[in-house]
Amino acid sequence: MKVKIISVTEDTIQFIVKECDAAFVNALRRTMLAEVPTMAIEDIFYFDNSSVIPDEVLAHRIGLVPLKTDLDNYLLPEKCDCEAELGCPKCRVTLNLNVEANEEDVIVSVYSGDIKSVDPNIVPVSQNILLAKLALGQAIRFEAYAQLNKGKVHSKFSPVSMAIFNNIAEFDVEDNEIAAKCVEEAPKGVLLENGKIKVINVQTFNKSPTCKSLLKEKSLINYMKNDEYIFTIESTGSLSPKQIVNESVKILTEKLQELRHKIEVGEIHDEIELFEAPTEVGRRLYAIGAGDFTDEDEEGGDEEGRGPVYDET
Amino acid sequence: MIVPIRCFSCGKVIGDKWEAFKKRVDLGEEPDKILDDLGVTRYCCRRMLISHVEVIDDVMKFHEGKEPINHRGGK
Repeated sequence: MKVKIISVTEDTIQFIVKECDAAFVNALRRTMLAEVPTMAIEDIFYFDNSSVIPDEVLAHRIGLVPLKTDLDNYLLPEKCDCEAELGCPKCRVTLNLNVEANEEDVIVSVYSGDIKSVDPNIVPVSQNILLAKLALGQAIRFEAYAQLNKGKVHSKFSPVSMAIFNNIAEFDVEDNEIAAKCVEEAPKGVLLENGKIKVINVQTFNKSPTCKSLLKEKSLINYMKNDEYIFTIESTGSLSPKQIVNESVKILTEKLQELRHKIEVGEIHDEIELFEAPTEVGRRLYAIGAGDFTDEDEEGGDEEGRGPVYDET
Repeated sequence: MIVPIRCFSCGKVIGDKWEAFKKRVDLGEEPDKILDDLGVTRYCCRRMLISHVEVIDDVMKFHEGKEPINHRGGK
């Protein structure tokens, strides 16, 4: 497997993955979405909320605010040995907010920047996220606990707002002038590599007439390779894009090693039970949603001895 | 009622872009240019800002604050 980074910005990364199949790249993508842990507010205790936004709606909004995450100094709650409901200093961060509106005819906006954290490394990514608005006499006061968790628990814990991969189409271009013109017309859509044009962005590619002439009345799918992908990731800001990739690779490797170990040892997990196929009668009953199946039902008949009563269908 | 924190579809944070967007639209700029400028590229996130109506500003007139409602309301 070969990786080539195309571009890195503050919250996005784009790279080409070569010589591996779609299943593996997809495993990587799903690891990023659901397995890379980030910080988010999970528990809130209100001291005061007299705003027009109900408690539960406000709590949901506050939970969605992405926090900068420090993966080295905090543990996942299930891996922490404290076993406390709200966690201990090893697995949670306390945050406070205290805003009230006291001036006549001034509407106070509450921003994510008003949330004060005990740990200066765990703060909201953006200071300008609008949480609520307060009129005269209204106030919001709460204490909140943030914890590490994974995207599969709640999508607020997912570090990415976009993680996608596309097949790369490749063209053999013999004329150097045409190749150069393609790159000139769609600098962000194509790459020139060893005399071959690679399509990174289909939309930009389609806008350029020279690029489109390469298709020779065929569809772009005919030129696509099935062992080369362009991967695009957009971070919510809680982790840097490079960190997300590194972390997902680390987690996926751990999982694969665990699987290999279990196969080698021949271990069957306690939770896996042998599956019993339903019987003929049982299957029919399941099919019409008859609920639990008992022997009494099968024998059928009532006390007057009229014999079993079967549904005509 | 108030701007959602994140895009419903993809989860990008858009709650911090609403006020800048509204201000610039009111000044007469083209909404699509502002969205490009704010880095809102996908159409799922764009519709979040374009179709939003900030109803909270109207609802707040009827709040139960320190002052009685008829003292402040009825503008």
